[in-house]
Amino acid sequence: MKKKVRARILSQNMLTEGIYDMWLSTELAKEARAGQFIGIYTGHEAHLLPRPISICEVDREKEALRVVYRAVGRGTEIFSAWQPGDEADILGVLGNGYSIETGRGKQVVLMGGGIGIPPMLQLAKDLWAAGTHAEIVLGYRDNQLFLKEEFEKYGKVYAATEDGSVGTKGNVLTAMEAEHLKADVIMACGPLPMLRAVKRYAEEKRIEAYLSLEERMACGVGACLGCVCKTTHKDAHSHVNNARICTDGPVFDAREVEI
Amino acid sequence: MNTKVTIAGVELKNPVMTASGTFGSGMEYSDFVDLNKLGAVVTKGVASVPWPGNPVPRVAETYGGMLNAIGLQNPGIDVFVERDIPFLRQFDTKVIVNVCGKSVEDYLAVVERLGDTDVDMLEINVSCPNVKEGAIAFGQKAESLYDITSQIKKKAKQPVMMKLSPNVTDIAEMAKAAEAAGADAISLINTLTGMKIDVHKRSFVLANKTGGLSGPAIKPVAVRMVYQASHAVNIPVIGMGGIGSFEDAIEFLLAGASAVAVGAMNFVNPYTTMEVIKGIEAYMQKYGVEDIKELIGGVRE
Repeated sequence: MKKKVRARILSQNMLTEGIYDMWLSTELAKEARAGQFIGIYTGHEAHLLPRPISICEVDREKEALRVVYRAVGRGTEIFSAWQPGDEADILGVLGNGYSIETGRGKQVVLMGGGIGIPPMLQLAKDLWAAGTHAEIVLGYRDNQLFLKEEFEKYGKVYAATEDGSVGTKGNVLTAMEAEHLKADVIMACGPLPMLRAVKRYAEEKRIEAYLSLEERMACGVGACLGCVCKTTHKDAHSHVNNARICTDGPVFDAREVEI
Repeated sequence: MNTKVTIAGVELKNPVMTASGTFGSGMEYSDFVDLNKLGAVVTKGVASVPWPGNPVPRVAETYGGMLNAIGLQNPGIDVFVERDIPFLRQFDTKVIVNVCGKSVEDYLAVVERLGDTDVDMLEINVSCPNVKEGAIAFGQKAESLYDITSQIKKKAKQPVMMKLSPNVTDIAEMAKAAEAAGADAISLINTLTGMKIDVHKRSFVLANKTGGLSGPAIKPVAVRMVYQASHAVNIPVIGMGGIGSFEDAIEFLLAGASAVAVGAMNFVNPYTTMEVIKGIEAYMQKYGVEDIKELIGGVRE
């Protein structure tokens, strides 16, 4: 059941310029899955709406959630100033998440680009625990390879960098080709141009692909219809080919969305 | 202690409703809100056929509020009648259906269709600023508002509440036009037309360029308009615009609203309606208010 609750900040670290790593103590961790997200409130009356932030890691025993986010605006700048012991309101758990079952017995390739990398960590961990040894392709801007070492515990990691400083020069798909990786299933999160390219690639190669989309949101619970994306089939809710990213997604079968 | 209010013959257990477009048909908020406790649920606007709405981005945060340009996406009256009305009828609350259209005929088609259904009241959206045809075009000129209201009143089997736009020069004139045409109640305010520009990208934040401003930032404008409208007409006024607490709700009642609606603040705090209802009761106890009607229009001049 979705709730708005008070969470306590357990830790806050800057991983690289502008990218922060925060653990929150919250009961929501009991229900959280890879690919889902939470809404984090700024606690500031001028900035009212919850910010949708994807879950990077879940610690069910300690009831804690980890988020790794980029400070890009007033809201996330406020988050980045929070220190251990501070409290924040959060809304969750939101969205559908990835299906771990989909990967069973198949060659899975995980693709994360930029700030789309963090949600792939819990996914890699859950797939590994389920016996699915995914190959992991991470796309960075430069040699600031945040989270890469942590991914290495859950599969072989291939890095791509835009400036070519580490790994393959280019994006996740350039690395996929350069490393001759094969996939039965791709699970991806990243900027829209990357997801569009992954969708095209998966269609050409007839590979199943699951994409985590993002859009500006208000409510996060499917009521405001702010965060829709075009779908190929009429969905049961909207009847106008508009799925809600916050509740019908954020993870979609690539064949079902027009991006 | 009495919290009941009667709007156009429909008795609400308390004066707190949801504002159209901020609450779906209640399903999305049933994790957070006991729908049985609401005075009424006002649904997202519904048209005669499905509407796809506007391109994204459709929402943007602004200082103390937000802009939206959803464009009245809705699944059309057929789906609504089959799915949303039976869902809402499971609860002990009143059901007010918000109706939108691009032409008078569109509105009339929905109003006639709803005539055979079990809903308590109709709210006619003549004030959405985010669609190119219809909607606000009917709500910005007193003559047009009079015309559409009287046509709807001829066909409607349920009481009719006209939802007014704040994007007008004289709200009292609009309220009077609705009343003269036979409206049973009026609700206000819909959103104020606004705009946000991303200075780094030098582009509009919303794909629609303009959007409707809502949230606490607009509350003083809404309170003023509710005050003016309620002094201009004898029909009940439903007040809304940035209500996020019981104090906000009481402010609207004192200004002259007979009931209130919580809108954008549902997105911010999904428990808002429940907190407002409890807070109104506590306020009445604190000040020894026996009947909520004592508060309506009760601001001291």
